[in-house]
Amino acid sequence: MATMTAGPTAATARSPAKGALTWARRNKTIVGGTLILLALVVIAVLAPWLAGDPLQFEPTNRLKRPSETFWFGTDQFGRDVYSRVVYGTRISLIIGLCVAVLATFIGLVVGVLCGFYKTVDTILMRLMDGMMAIPAILLAIALITLMKASLFIVIIAISIPEIPRVARLVRSVVLSVRGRPYIEAAISSGTRNWRIMVRHILPNTVAPLIVQATYVCASAILTEAGLSFLGAGTPPEIPSWGNVISLGRTFFQIAPWIIFFPGLCLAITVLAINLVGDGLRDTLDPRISRRM
Amino acid sequence: MSSAEVVLRVRDLKKHFPVHRGVLSRVVAHVQAVDGVSFEIRRGETLCLVGESGCGKSTVARSITRLEEPTAGSIELNGVDITALGSEALRAQRREMQMVFQDPYSSLNPRLSAGDIVGEPLTNFALAQGAELERRIAALFEHVGLRPEAVHKYPHEFSGGQRQRLGIARALAVNPSLIIADEPVSALDVSVQAQVLNLLIDLQEQFELAYLFVSHDLAVVEHIGHRVAVMYLGRIVELADNADLFGAPLHPYTEALLAAAPSLETGARRERIILQGDVPSPMNPPSGCRFHTRCPFALPECKQTDPPLLEVAPGHHVACLRRPVGGDGAPLTTA
Repeated sequence: MATMTAGPTAATARSPAKGALTWARRNKTIVGGTLILLALVVIAVLAPWLAGDPLQFEPTNRLKRPSETFWFGTDQFGRDVYSRVVYGTRISLIIGLCVAVLATFIGLVVGVLCGFYKTVDTILMRLMDGMMAIPAILLAIALITLMKASLFIVIIAISIPEIPRVARLVRSVVLSVRGRPYIEAAISSGTRNWRIMVRHILPNTVAPLIVQATYVCASAILTEAGLSFLGAGTPPEIPSWGNVISLGRTFFQIAPWIIFFPGLCLAITVLAINLVGDGLRDTLDPRISRRM
Repeated sequence: MSSAEVVLRVRDLKKHFPVHRGVLSRVVAHVQAVDGVSFEIRRGETLCLVGESGCGKSTVARSITRLEEPTAGSIELNGVDITALGSEALRAQRREMQMVFQDPYSSLNPRLSAGDIVGEPLTNFALAQGAELERRIAALFEHVGLRPEAVHKYPHEFSGGQRQRLGIARALAVNPSLIIADEPVSALDVSVQAQVLNLLIDLQEQFELAYLFVSHDLAVVEHIGHRVAVMYLGRIVELADNADLFGAPLHPYTEALLAAAPSLETGARRERIILQGDVPSPMNPPSGCRFHTRCPFALPECKQTDPPLLEVAPGHHVACLRRPVGGDGAPLTTA
């Protein structure tokens, strides 16, 4: 840090832009993934200007092939698949982001408490083990059938099975940091427990958490599509990618475009998120990347 | 010095670690890391704990600070029994008792600046904030011989000796009466060791600090100690003033330790004692005197009788059957 400010001014003036460029060249996966994600976010935000009404029925234009008027074709009710896919981007990104934030936050709290307090650990971690034993989709279906289907319930139902995974990761980090002498030094200099957790332990969990959050996000988007496909996810009136695929399923032999385009978007989105995740893992946590 | 108030009084301290085995992790044995240790430290005094690795000297230090929960015994700090205090009451008492750690690299949080590290104890006890906090941190840096401008640096930007100075500044921050130093110089270069030791001595004179100084290095102990306690297998075998212990050791184990230390003196030293065998397992310590298995002067009764730590001469305590109270201190002979 000190050497940078002390260096010649010419070097400091051109180094930020140059540095960013070399960084980008070295981290192609992060840059590529981020660009795709940014494009998806723009599409989601500008959906009303990019596409027509995704719910408008045009019985005369049923099951039309992709053409100049209907870029991605139409479904069995004559709705524009392109509009539905564009609006579906919103749903997928909202669900991915909300689940990632919710599951990461709760998992973080549970993991830190478990790693720090032995008694909490024995109780909460057994609960987490139990939750991990139930397949995520089954748990989500059970939760959704118990309550009225809505976007909010879907987010909650997908988040719950992700919590134990995050909690386990955080707990392992906390356990490894806990034994370090600087934590003992903090204890013996009279630091309160919550302060030790926030000031000395939490910063160590940030890097693995960011990486984990990207995976949670990707898997949440896939789970939502899976749930909607099974008819247990987002209410059918909301055009999520899973819903579009689910409705097109019965006609896929005569109108494959109905499931092809939302499927493709799903794949691209998950791929982009995983690219970012992998790249972040490599830069933030070099030890893990070498092991994998 | 003996008239000064007692800062730390440890009575019959024990720390046994359970050994778990098998699928059900049953407790199959206990490692008797510390088994009945008693001593006092007065204001302005340094008590050194010496011994081989594994003799329990670090465990004594960690039990006193309650980083390990003691199995039995009592610890009194300035007259307050802290052995069984609850976490908040114990936290309040920690202001009087700070610790300096062995490894100056891992005992400082790499993500905090030097000023934050040294200021943390002050914030913990709400002793200062804002400009006052900065002023006190700068003063602490000066006390330990660091430049006050260094507060914004991070630990990796300091050398080993400077980092240990940071550790000392952190311990000093809340004006404790006792500093427990667990091998504070053994990770440092020899040239830096002397500087840090002299800093500790200067600070002791300036603030009337009491030190519990754990070390395996007899040269260091001779330099800094007022009194020295020699530990063997979880017990104190000899406790005496510095000059007495190094000039006229009474316990055969102390003699062996002193004989094993390299020395430049060519004068007539006592006869060299070379110990045979290894230290017995603290899981299953020998009966009677714990040292009898390796003692060249052991008598048959040493196997049965556990010798108590007795004051055989003023201020000189030793746990050996062959050193009765009022004995002459002459060299022992093999029976």
